[in-house]
Amino acid sequence: MTGQNRLPAPNGHLIDRDRPVTFSFEGRRYTGYAGDTVASALAANDVWLLSRSFKYHRPRGVMTMAGQDGNTLIALPGRPNCVAELIPIREGLVAAGQHYSGSLQRDRNAWIQWFSRFLPAGFYYHAFFRPRGVWNLWSRYFRRMSGLGVLDEHAVPGNCDKQYRHCDVAVIGAGPAGMQAAIDAARDGSVVLLIDEQDAAGGSLHYARACADGAQEARELRTLLDAVRAVPGIELMTGATVNGWYADHWLEIIRGNRLIKLRAGRVVLCSGTIEQPALFRNNDLPGIMLGTAAQRLIKPYGVRPGRRAVVLAADDSAYGVALDLIDADVDLAALVDLRDRPPSDARAERVRAAGFEVLAGHAIQAARGRRHVRSVEVRRIVAPGRLGGRSRRIDCDLVCMSVGRMPAWQLACQAGARLVYEPGRATFALADLPVGFTLGGSVASGCNDGGAPWPIFSHPGGNEFVDLDEDLKIRDIRHAVQSGYEHIQLVKRYSTSGMGPSQGRLSALATARLVAAETGRSLSDTGVTTARPPLAAVTLAHCAGRRHYPALRSSIHHRHAEAGAQFLQAGAWYRPAYYGGKDEFGDAVTREVLAVRNGAGAIDVSTLGGIAVRGPGAAEFLNRIYTFAYARQRVGTLRYALMTNEAGFVIDDGVVCRLDDCDFYVTTTTGGAERVFRTMLHWNAQWRLDVSLANLTSAYCGVSVVGPRSREVLAGVGSDIDFGREAFPYLGVRRGNVAGTPAIVLRTGFVGELGYEVHAPQHCGEALWDTIMSAGAGGASGEGDATGGIRPVGIEAQRILRLEKGHVLVGQDTDALSTPMELNMRWAIAARKPFFVGKRSLDVHDSRPPERVLAGFCIEDPAGAVPRECHLLVDAQRLIGRVTSVARSPALNKIVGLAYVPPDRAEPGSRLTIRCDRQRRVTAHVVKAPFYDPGNARQAL
Amino acid sequence: MKILDCPLNGPRNIAEFTYGGEYRAPPDPNSASDREWAEYVFFHENCDGKVLEWWCHTASAFWFLVERDTRTDEILRVMRAEDINAIDGTGAVDGVAENDGPGRGGETGQ
Repeated sequence: MTGQNRLPAPNGHLIDRDRPVTFSFEGRRYTGYAGDTVASALAANDVWLLSRSFKYHRPRGVMTMAGQDGNTLIALPGRPNCVAELIPIREGLVAAGQHYSGSLQRDRNAWIQWFSRFLPAGFYYHAFFRPRGVWNLWSRYFRRMSGLGVLDEHAVPGNCDKQYRHCDVAVIGAGPAGMQAAIDAARDGSVVLLIDEQDAAGGSLHYARACADGAQEARELRTLLDAVRAVPGIELMTGATVNGWYADHWLEIIRGNRLIKLRAGRVVLCSGTIEQPALFRNNDLPGIMLGTAAQRLIKPYGVRPGRRAVVLAADDSAYGVALDLIDADVDLAALVDLRDRPPSDARAERVRAAGFEVLAGHAIQAARGRRHVRSVEVRRIVAPGRLGGRSRRIDCDLVCMSVGRMPAWQLACQAGARLVYEPGRATFALADLPVGFTLGGSVASGCNDGGAPWPIFSHPGGNEFVDLDEDLKIRDIRHAVQSGYEHIQLVKRYSTSGMGPSQGRLSALATARLVAAETGRSLSDTGVTTARPPLAAVTLAHCAGRRHYPALRSSIHHRHAEAGAQFLQAGAWYRPAYYGGKDEFGDAVTREVLAVRNGAGAIDVSTLGGIAVRGPGAAEFLNRIYTFAYARQRVGTLRYALMTNEAGFVIDDGVVCRLDDCDFYVTTTTGGAERVFRTMLHWNAQWRLDVSLANLTSAYCGVSVVGPRSREVLAGVGSDIDFGREAFPYLGVRRGNVAGTPAIVLRTGFVGELGYEVHAPQHCGEALWDTIMSAGAGGASGEGDATGGIRPVGIEAQRILRLEKGHVLVGQDTDALSTPMELNMRWAIAARKPFFVGKRSLDVHDSRPPERVLAGFCIEDPAGAVPRECHLLVDAQRLIGRVTSVARSPALNKIVGLAYVPPDRAEPGSRLTIRCDRQRRVTAHVVKAPFYDPGNARQAL
Repeated sequence: MKILDCPLNGPRNIAEFTYGGEYRAPPDPNSASDREWAEYVFFHENCDGKVLEWWCHTASAFWFLVERDTRTDEILRVMRAEDINAIDGTGAVDGVAENDGPGRGGETGQ
């Protein structure tokens, strides 16, 4: 048994009657056919009640059969809020209703609807806010009583991914107009993507009936589909929802588990129309649906939508619906036409000829029924929206509404178009389309064939639903206007009209009509609320997609991993933090620090930025970029480089190496490489000096060999560079061969020991590292004492080493407002230079006393609290500064650090109070940096 | 996503670019008062209408100028930094070859 409502062929062209499929809904098993959706298969089994409404727990069923509303939201395992009209059935599918108490049929919360009089839109704004805090109690109850499905927190979403695509023309909607537009564009040589949200292209040709001959659409569909397949250059993408339009025709498309970002040259919107419901009492009962919904059930799925129908007409398409119902063996109880003069086209003639009653100038005042419509009350229209005369009751189990349409406006309005009301045709039309955005088919030509009078009939008993998602009645919209929210945007925010899953598709027109009538404005002036992406709900999994985290690894990365490095990410770079087990942090770092102080260490400095600055203007360029002077720098030397922005604040540092008269090699901080390079180019776009810049950051690897034994280590590496004390003094730069590769060697003092940075082509990294490590392996213990071998050193140790020397780390010891003067780096400013970026601002800064200076401090008390970075300096209750760097110095065996302090506290010996975790205070003394080797003798060895 | 027509790389997604602020000729640092200098450094026109801005194609680190209408977000034209000399004090540009940019959806999506 696959459903007592199933119609014979040729109806049901989307289902395969040879392939029955069994699934369950609310614990009962049903059988449908392959090609069925959950909604169509249930309808075939005469199951119409699919959900309970958001607020009043009213029974709801199929309204659009197009997945345009929230009436058919069901729960699949791990996935709440699935639209039953869009979920294909498959063997064993387990579906359930949601948002009810007890059973879907007998929802114990349904009593709430009888109290709806006391729960107008926005009632919770007026109540429940007094006494204070009471809302928190009530809100828990509201959340349980209203809402949608329940999220399964343990559900594992499938993999979602993203795709980037391009086409000349994107045609949205593969109905007759869309297919024709695609064919025309492709014949002109364009690459066309034809997109439709349904699984089968064809749009209204699957269900509509434009003339008395019911087979015409099927013929046209075959012809167009054949042409779409035959014309080269068209790709048909079905089951894909265009969810948003963004600038320059960038379309967001959701298709299954994929988010597609499509760049189209132009867009042709053939989204068709959205049929609108009529407003009368109980217009939300299951069995009351749009005319197109009945047609969608009959033709593609072969499901008889009811046994005895009333058709409510306000445009001519209702007569096509009536003919379809007659052909589907549905007893047509009456055709109620809102218009005084029904049409006389062939469809209407056939309805009349078949002997069915047409009640012209009548309307439905109310529907009756508990869980399904059982009858309607029909009265004569005496004035727009007003009914009079005798009421007539007509028994029926199906009401089809064909009372007018809206163009499917959302994407066009997202792109900047406006909706203009056309009173003559009683519909909105789209105007002011952006360049490259055109309309095709009924979305453009309007839709109401034969006029559509006012289809809103309020009832003293209420329950004329404007927005089914949000359970809003006529009274709620009027209430919003009467509360002073006259603008349509405010009505929406106050009443929540249009905020549900249907996003106003079925309620925007009625809301606009009600607001216009209530405020006495025209419909064009009233308008509809702003259309914004997304059009349909997007899951978080789609947004997250499959993330790609860029990671930069130095060419020596694997050697670090082999040596047991723990990595940390600095920008996109993975750098060794220290070498040792996860629980060995303190010991490992101390070991590495002592190795550098007493023997030799090797630090991977490949991540430092490297920029080649070449050309006749190079020295002048660097003079302008950095605060120091480079014009008279001797070839073969390096100088510190401090960069300020135009406001005079420190933004980067590094060294400038003069390799030749017009050839400089500049290093930057690890995190600053890209930004510094870009800033340099920006300035030279303005200065236009004769200089060329190249970012060599990823072209070079670098190994810093530091410690008293470093000269000895490098001498053993094999090089044509003389590492002798006189031949290669402190702050010297040499080019030559090191370990068989061409290299630049910088003699720097960053960690305060004798040290060399070897910069070589990136691909030589591992070989260079291996050669240095084996050259330094002498000594027996390898424990970092004077006789030990070289030790790989991570950046944790490097930070302590530089802190012992009081060296400023840009980004850690500086913030966005640090001047060189505050950092005690006046020595790095060449004051006699006529210009450098930031000079003018530094002059201004210098003309007034600084508000803070960076000072070194140490803590003698080994038992006291240990401050951490960003802990505050306090004077009584006043905050006077902040710690920027702090560490226990293995060389000095006490805690040292840097902190911003008021200038009057910066004298050595000043006492500082640091507020540590849990309000513990510790006293520190200002000490003149460097803490270690104050005479800087060791780096110049 | 918006398209920006880079003079070096052609039409590319705006996400590939870095904004560089309004184009402003700095005052002479030697003669400007502290106040004039501070206004140059810290204040921006932020005007409603046509603006001239620096943009950089991030991957190629190529800087160029964009004339844009802040009311419509329409890119009116783009020009190379060399053409900066053709800019007079009013921000209008003389003698620079017009480049219409992609507008709102010209045939530029490829």
